Amino acid sequence: MKINHNLAVSESGFLFNPGTGESFTVNPIGAEIIAMLRNGKSRTEIIDSITQLYQVDRNSFEKDLQDFNGILKTYNLLEKDE
Amino acid sequence: MEKKHYERPHIVRLDAGMPGKSGLRSELPPTTHIDGVAVAELIEKYGSPLFVLSEKTIRNTYQKAYKAFSTRYPKVQFAWSYKTNYLSAVCNIFHQEGSWAEVVSGFEYEKAIASGVDPKKIIFNGPAKTREELVLATENGSLIHIDHLDELYMLVEVAESTSQKPRVAIRVNMDTGIYPMWDRFGFNYENGQAWDALNKIMHSGKLELMGLHTHIGTFIMSANAYAVAASKLAELARSLQQKFNHQLKYIDLGGGFASKNTLKGSYLPGSDTNPTFNEYAEAISSALINSHFTPGELPLLILETGRALIDESGYILSTVIANKRMSGGRRATIIDAGVNLLFTSFWYQHQVTVAQGTSQYREDTSLYGPLCMNIDCIRESINLPLLNVNDHVVIHKTGAYNLTQWMQFIHLRPNVVLIDEKGEVHIVREKEKLTDVSGSELIPEHLVKINQNS
Amino acid sequence: MSRPIYTIAVTGLNAIDSPGPGVAVIRGLREAASFDVRIIGLAYESLEPGIYMHDLVDITYLIPYPTAGADALLERLLYINSHEKLDIIIPNFDAELYSFMKLEAKLRDSGIHMFLPTFQQFEERHKVNLSTFGKKYGIDVPEGIAVSDSSEIHKHADKLDFPMMIKGKWYDAYVAYNIEQARTYFNKIAAKWGLPVILQKFVHGTEYNVTGLGDGEGNVIAAVPMRKQFITDKGKAWAGISIDDKKLLELTTRFVSATKWRGGFELEMMKSGDGKYFLMEINPRIPAWVYLAVGVGQNIPEALALLALGQKPEPYKTFDVGKLFIRYSWDMIVDRSEFENFSVKGEL
Repeated sequence: MKINHNLAVSESGFLFNPGTGESFTVNPIGAEIIAMLRNGKSRTEIIDSITQLYQVDRNSFEKDLQDFNGILKTYNLLEKDE
Repeated sequence: MEKKHYERPHIVRLDAGMPGKSGLRSELPPTTHIDGVAVAELIEKYGSPLFVLSEKTIRNTYQKAYKAFSTRYPKVQFAWSYKTNYLSAVCNIFHQEGSWAEVVSGFEYEKAIASGVDPKKIIFNGPAKTREELVLATENGSLIHIDHLDELYMLVEVAESTSQKPRVAIRVNMDTGIYPMWDRFGFNYENGQAWDALNKIMHSGKLELMGLHTHIGTFIMSANAYAVAASKLAELARSLQQKFNHQLKYIDLGGGFASKNTLKGSYLPGSDTNPTFNEYAEAISSALINSHFTPGELPLLILETGRALIDESGYILSTVIANKRMSGGRRATIIDAGVNLLFTSFWYQHQVTVAQGTSQYREDTSLYGPLCMNIDCIRESINLPLLNVNDHVVIHKTGAYNLTQWMQFIHLRPNVVLIDEKGEVHIVREKEKLTDVSGSELIPEHLVKINQNS
Repeated sequence: MSRPIYTIAVTGLNAIDSPGPGVAVIRGLREAASFDVRIIGLAYESLEPGIYMHDLVDITYLIPYPTAGADALLERLLYINSHEKLDIIIPNFDAELYSFMKLEAKLRDSGIHMFLPTFQQFEERHKVNLSTFGKKYGIDVPEGIAVSDSSEIHKHADKLDFPMMIKGKWYDAYVAYNIEQARTYFNKIAAKWGLPVILQKFVHGTEYNVTGLGDGEGNVIAAVPMRKQFITDKGKAWAGISIDDKKLLELTTRFVSATKWRGGFELEMMKSGDGKYFLMEINPRIPAWVYLAVGVGQNIPEALALLALGQKPEPYKTFDVGKLFIRYSWDMIVDRSEFENFSVKGEL
């Protein structure tokens, strides 16, 4: 799971994909996850980090993360696995 | 260290032309309390889903409606439309406020009598009254509104055997300029059926003609239609006066006032566009006062408003069961209240708010109920905050028709509570148990045993 | 003597191929002889071009759609007012007028003035009621019927005949040449603008428009007739010319004095082959081509602002005949950060 490395994410949660010209808004947790993906963090590392910071159990977050990844994929924001 | 509040990760594409809704503050604030009682506590104590009624809103709404009419017309009487909501607690609030009862079946008639309503203050409407019901209503001196000629003839027969003379009105249908025109109930005005029926009543000498009744339709968005209806009934009254020198006691304009709900297919919300009680009252009162009646002759004005008096007092509290993603990427949320409880979601875009604080992020969601049926959809498309499983939502303006048209279908029906004016919570209908449903079933001897071993 | 400076909020900044009137109204206000302005844009969408025209609009705020209801709009407007101290709001969309009319008294309490039609005027002239309106005021209108079910089209097809106009309650109009087309357009319009949908008899002829301003007491403050010279495929005038037509001005005067029209308006008229005028539609607001009126000597936005403030501007009596407006497109170069700012914060 790798995020497009040339995405521009602003502090206000505005995300621009220069490759396609599409713009997105993302909420703070979404932005945090995208930042971790850019830094090459693994799925497990992301889950560890978020569940430590927020009031959410692993199962619930794992499900939401999977859903979020699905959407990132739909929006073509993830790099294709080589 | 205290952990931070969790919100689902969320990303949405800004499509050309689409507004960036995230910049806007929430359109509807969360509903954390109803009449000062916390939604979370109500669910904790009485379960989810939960029907909640506000006594304060019921009384305030009634008083507002009564005032709108009584300040414009000298003699006004409301009759509570039982079919709109016949929970005894609800009916009794209206009766305490001074409402008569308006019933449309033997069952509702019995219910009103059992609640202690004076039979003379019960209006018996409907197209399907039995002979036994007519006999009972006649002996009790209730007001019988005749729907068709067969009923009229039956009543004349009934009158031969009863000690009392039946006190009657006829229901009139008419063209008031609204579509669709309701012409299946009562006698038509334009083609002379109504006048013909009145003549038959007067000539029979067996019935006491008390008034005229009409019910022009439902969710009428034009106050003017009532002015047309009132004028036409006043014309009939004048004809009766001229031909038979007969003074009517009352004119009953039925119900049909729109509540503040928004109909599907409307662009603007109902709370902005639907007429107020003042507008309906102004149209009706002006039409009657400007008709031929002299001040002393003005008949009692009866109103059978149901929906507009109770819709806003009702809430359904519900809990998020699951979030899912449809094949096209669309968000769907499943809650534990469906069309089994919310019959009116077939024609309203019910307002739904969350019951807890949220961030400014919103997503377009389809809101589904818990039934294993494709029709079970509360809102096809609604902009909601990011809901987590077990979060609560509040469905607004559910007081009319849902507690009478709800279905015991797939799920048992939940508790109904009333918050009184002091903020005390009372269960007014207990949640159903298995025995409530299967208790009245009988199983033939040969079907009692089932073989579960093979 | 220094001129007063008014803070005026304006909607309809969508200066696109089927434009909203906002940008033209702002140009009129900026050229006002009697006052200077600070312009607050009110936008529904983040790509409305006016948001990015910084020489015309000082700051723009996102506002909620009319579907969110008048309360949501009020809350947002009061928030904006607390930052900008508004003197006047000029709403320019049909679909938002109802909400603004509803809020007129409340906004006045906060010192914000508007000059809008009354509810009665707004309802009477509605497409749905236009037939009755014509009868009441003795103005010829094409026969029209409001229907709530596509199955009714068949019933009225004989009387109205094809081609037939199919119109939405708020926007959109199509010419249908047969019942299938009529049904398709009905469904398209009903899905977007709700019910009822209006079926209207098609009148062959030449289209003329009048924009004007009524003072609410029956007087015409401004009126400029225009003939469309070029019409886009969306039915909008791309070019038009001011004309001297006594009959059109007479009709306008009759309309304003009979209804005591309050506010800006546009009359869409059709002149049939035999020289008869039919009133096709009354738009209860200033049209997008209003800058032609400004250009020929009748500054309708300025006069409307003065009326809103309770002043009595002198009625305009003359205008230059034979002046054209020719609309053109203009590509602005906007940095992504501006779009981003407006999209995320709702202010720019």
